[in-house]
Amino acid sequence: MLDFLRARWRQGTPTASLSAAGGGLPERFRGRPVLEPASAGEARDASAREACDASAREARDASAAEARDARALPSALVTAGEDGRPALDLGACLFSPEEAGASTAGTIAYTRDYRLASSTREGLVSPAGEVELARALDERMRRLFGRSLRLRSVAAGSCGGCEAELQALGNVVFDLSRFGIQFVASPRHADGIVVTGAVSRNMRTALELTSDATPPPRIVIAVGACAISGGPFRGSPEVAGGVPPGLHVDLWVPGCPPHPLTLLDGLLRLLDRL
Amino acid sequence: MSGFDDLGLRNRRAVPWAAVPVETVERFRETVAAATAAGVSGGGWRLAALFGLPDGGDLTRLVAILAHDEQGRLGATSTLVGDRYPALTPLCPAAHAFEREIAEQCAVLPEGHPWLKPLRRHPPDHLPAGRSRAVFEPDRYPFFRLAGEEVHEVAVGPVHAGIIEPGHFRFQAHGEEVLFLEIVLGYQHRGVERLLETLAPERAMLVAESIAGDTVIGHAGAYCGAMEALARSRKTPRAQTIRGIALELERLANHLGDLGAIAGDVAYQPAAAFLGRLRGECLNLLLTLSGNRFGRGLVRPGGVQLDLPETMAAAMRSRLERLREDLEPAAGSMFGSASVQTRLEGAGTLAAERCAELGVVGPAARACGVARDVRHDHPYGIFRFAHIPVTTAWTGDVYARALVRRLEARRSLEFVLEQLASLPRGEPRVPCGAPRPGELAVAMEEGWRGEIVHVAITDERGAIRRHKVIDPSFRNWSALAAAMPGNPISDFPLCNKSFNLSYAGHDL
Repeated sequence: MLDFLRARWRQGTPTASLSAAGGGLPERFRGRPVLEPASAGEARDASAREACDASAREARDASAAEARDARALPSALVTAGEDGRPALDLGACLFSPEEAGASTAGTIAYTRDYRLASSTREGLVSPAGEVELARALDERMRRLFGRSLRLRSVAAGSCGGCEAELQALGNVVFDLSRFGIQFVASPRHADGIVVTGAVSRNMRTALELTSDATPPPRIVIAVGACAISGGPFRGSPEVAGGVPPGLHVDLWVPGCPPHPLTLLDGLLRLLDRL
Repeated sequence: MSGFDDLGLRNRRAVPWAAVPVETVERFRETVAAATAAGVSGGGWRLAALFGLPDGGDLTRLVAILAHDEQGRLGATSTLVGDRYPALTPLCPAAHAFEREIAEQCAVLPEGHPWLKPLRRHPPDHLPAGRSRAVFEPDRYPFFRLAGEEVHEVAVGPVHAGIIEPGHFRFQAHGEEVLFLEIVLGYQHRGVERLLETLAPERAMLVAESIAGDTVIGHAGAYCGAMEALARSRKTPRAQTIRGIALELERLANHLGDLGAIAGDVAYQPAAAFLGRLRGECLNLLLTLSGNRFGRGLVRPGGVQLDLPETMAAAMRSRLERLREDLEPAAGSMFGSASVQTRLEGAGTLAAERCAELGVVGPAARACGVARDVRHDHPYGIFRFAHIPVTTAWTGDVYARALVRRLEARRSLEFVLEQLASLPRGEPRVPCGAPRPGELAVAMEEGWRGEIVHVAITDERGAIRRHKVIDPSFRNWSALAAAMPGNPISDFPLCNKSFNLSYAGHDL
């Protein structure tokens, strides 16, 4: 008994406050990517350098070079924005080191900003990598869920990484339940579902049925690159490539997987707790 | 033509594809049966992989990779089949899941297979050009059922329990007691092997990291090992050491998490809470090193993408030392509690004979006294120089699997501390080069769940013709099904957690 008390005393109170923990992310943490557009001179220099590279000799003009960049990137992070100029799509970002670096569109670099969640799919796409951060639910939903939100997790063709970080939210450091948020065993007890995975063929029906079994009003949260855009499995015939269009999503959380702080930030913004 | 055992095939040493014997189906069955008959304890070979690939026209080449753990060697043999062949499983039980997979992927019928059912429930994706008919009907899975007045059936999943991957569990129970458990997976099938065979290397690397999200380092290491073997790329000692550090941190994080989860399932909250936090500490160490809590972005062909500078090594050492001080009281209180011991002892017992028969790997096998560990049997990288003793227990129950994790966690921790203090000089990453044409490479890694196998075969242009992935869960799910009968159904979560298998790793 004394040993146990000593051990308990030693553990202290490890629960982190969001702001304190967010400031402590290490140097190499790959948070929100930003795009610094190349100046005209830089773009010319970059083109000239690439022209010496045998494999880029056929891509001399800017649009062809951009197309090459997009093909060389291991994800669809760089996309065409509304105005046809290059834009960053955080929903397609795999947060790999290879997605950062110089290109004729500019230089992509990761910041340590863990705040990535948005209320709309479009909120994740921007010319320079800014996120339209998640807005609170409407007043009616806030009155229902603001202090007690029960969620059912549905893993639909995932690798297990996003689920592991969702589980981590329940540990003593992140302590999701202090905000009144809990994961429940049945969709019938839930106020919403959290979808992870690229939506495999074998989970399509289960995902629909689980969503239908959640009594309305209900919310849907899409967590991770797979649920948003197919992730690393984008293009595989075995997956749908993310949450099906028929399902309205209230919160989109990018990441591969999203850090627990990113998840927490999104959830708290949704409930107007930040 | 060589025999299966004198190709010079080893873990991460490629051989010419043309050197792999092509036997008749009868000889192929005899070779595999004879090699595996004695069992590993009898000084024999073990079936490490059995899979099919299209071989022109409507033929499928079946390839068997055999492992001799004692001698640290590998063997390979193959045969050509049409739409059916006499199954290996009656002669070599460890082939059972592999043959279901061949039936599903290649649409080849293994006649006489004792339990031929869909494995992942997807259309064939490694069909020869001349064929189109699948072996299994879509959406049809015949469940095993017990008849009897007092027998009832419990179906769980795919959406089940808490925040967990999807799987289906069909129990035949008599009151509380489970008489039979059938596990149906395939819900996480994403088409990994075809992606690894068709994507450009930069994208394929990210798929390899995502085979099982909690085994990033394990699978990335095996994938890169296969590519490096095909390219004859020699990593520096520094790269090998950093990979070893990352692999052992991954093992540590998962073992501590599992111990915490097991404590939670027997309602011992203090250890569940402490160990959950300590698992996070390990993930944060991987985050410091690689920029990602699971180590994504670190392991790349030719070495590691990110170096481990001296200041970082010193900081990581001091955090690990603090972790070591915190770990002993946390784990000790759990193992020292009589109420915990009573719950864990005798639950979910897997007999050693079943373990050998099913080809179980990893801590689940070691908890039955089967001393199987790739770091020891087929050493690679840093493990050729720094030996971590193999941890075994012998009762094969939940307690034994928990004990093996506790001891392995201690050993991994000591290993990482030691390596952080003595990183060799050198480049973290050297260029890897292109895979050579017409070769077969096998890379094995001791992931935290057990043996990971990646087999890669290149065609005459050097492109990947076939990439076979075997996660330890592929073998071990049947161990859970074998361990459940005789246990109360309420102990299922505990038994499940004591194996902690990957759904995604199995489903690919």
